[in-house]
Amino acid sequence: MADQLIVVDDLVVRYGTATALDGVNLTVGAGELVTLIGPNGAGKSTLVNTLSGIVAPAAGTITVRGRLAHVPEGREVFPDLTVDDNLRLGGWRNGRRGRDTSRIYEILPGLVRVRKQRAGLLSGGQQQMVAVGRALMARPDVLMIDELSLGLAPIVVTELVAHLRELNAEHGLAVLLIEQNARLALGLCSRAYVLEAGRVVLEGPAGEVAASPRVAAAYLGGGVSAP
Amino acid sequence: MTDLVAYILTGLGIGAGFALVGSGIVMIYRVTRVVNFAQGAFAVLAAMTASTLLAANLPHGVAEILAVAVAAGTGLLVGAVAIGKPGTTPGASLIITLGLGVFAYAVEVLVWGDQPRSFPGVPGAIDIGDSRVPAHYLLIIGVTVPVFVALAVFFARTDLGKALSACASNRYAARVVGISVTRMGLLSFAFGGALGGLAGVLVTPVQQVTFDTDVTLIVNGFAAAILGGLTRPAVTLAGGLLLGVGQTMIAGYIGGAYQTEVTLLLMLSVMIVQAARRSTLQEESA
Repeated sequence: MADQLIVVDDLVVRYGTATALDGVNLTVGAGELVTLIGPNGAGKSTLVNTLSGIVAPAAGTITVRGRLAHVPEGREVFPDLTVDDNLRLGGWRNGRRGRDTSRIYEILPGLVRVRKQRAGLLSGGQQQMVAVGRALMARPDVLMIDELSLGLAPIVVTELVAHLRELNAEHGLAVLLIEQNARLALGLCSRAYVLEAGRVVLEGPAGEVAASPRVAAAYLGGGVSAP
Repeated sequence: MTDLVAYILTGLGIGAGFALVGSGIVMIYRVTRVVNFAQGAFAVLAAMTASTLLAANLPHGVAEILAVAVAAGTGLLVGAVAIGKPGTTPGASLIITLGLGVFAYAVEVLVWGDQPRSFPGVPGAIDIGDSRVPAHYLLIIGVTVPVFVALAVFFARTDLGKALSACASNRYAARVVGISVTRMGLLSFAFGGALGGLAGVLVTPVQQVTFDTDVTLIVNGFAAAILGGLTRPAVTLAGGLLLGVGQTMIAGYIGGAYQTEVTLLLMLSVMIVQAARRSTLQEESA
């Protein structure tokens, strides 16, 4: 277990009286590509927000080794700030020296052209690049991405996925990916968790999870469609 | 014609005070979404503190700077009470600041009494034709303009300024990157306190201050802030100066009894226009 970056043990999260996560166990190892799939309202975003420290757990433990960075659902850039300032603030936790943005423009050259533009004026795909770049500024060991492809053109998604593969292969970056497009997620990642109603109902190597009748029917559009 | 120049200079001096109070309101509102009704109290508190320190023979400059620091500390304290408890809504915080503003009356009356106080500013006056304008008005303008320039540089060039803007722009995203929204909110309250305090120490030599002077300052400062939709410091500066000049002219040419009413009328018009524009936009987008 020495190379586990994230270990979530029996995590419970409640919003008032509603239980969003009910005893979730999950791990992400160094350099691992892990996906978290499940229907809307299953608690996927809650899990990532809890790992990010934005939501407080009601019970259970979270052990984090190394640095996490979070690409939130809906991108959530700073619309009134320039792209460059968005990136700089991604390094907020790292102190002044950690706020040099030039490295990000090397990784995501598509952002160079728009660096002085206000982030709110960019297209959805460009904003997602900004959100990923902003997260990379934290020099993370694990990148948590809440909905990579939602609302983006297929060609943009292809480009983002290529960037993720590159970051994983060259920098050993681990990824925890929440993704509506289960086919995309299971193709990219090596391990998968299926979350339903706040519980992990299935986990394992991506290939096995994809092959399970339950996932095939509900998420991959194969077999008999759910009523 | 020389009257006009004198009115404009005097008006700019008075307006600079409104602009400083207004920019404090804007600063706090942008970061916390709280309209701080204790903003005028910072000015009164700083003015009273400066008068006491000067009476204790502290030199000019030192006394004023200390008084502004006291106002900044008070701002921090007001912020801690108003937004310190997690989950406090901006509406609830607004009421808390209103209560603290009234509480400040009690403290001020207890410590300094209810009589008007003042202290000497820059001595002398400049002659413009037949009119004389106290030289202190030039100091007010000469301090306020660089302060606004410094604020603009702070927000545009420093990471701390950008982090404050980030909280104003997207609070959730600020938390995602690890910026403490509460800590930034407290910082904005301290800044707001300093800006209000600066208005107090600058204006007091030309306008006596009593414990309830905050009403004039907050009404005019709020009017200036409203012009910029509570979020634009540059418009707030322009609005404050315009209010100051406008009021001085009305007082000079017509009579001084209606100054606050004029401000309130202006503020009401701006709010109605803004509300009308907003509902039109909503209809269009619907």
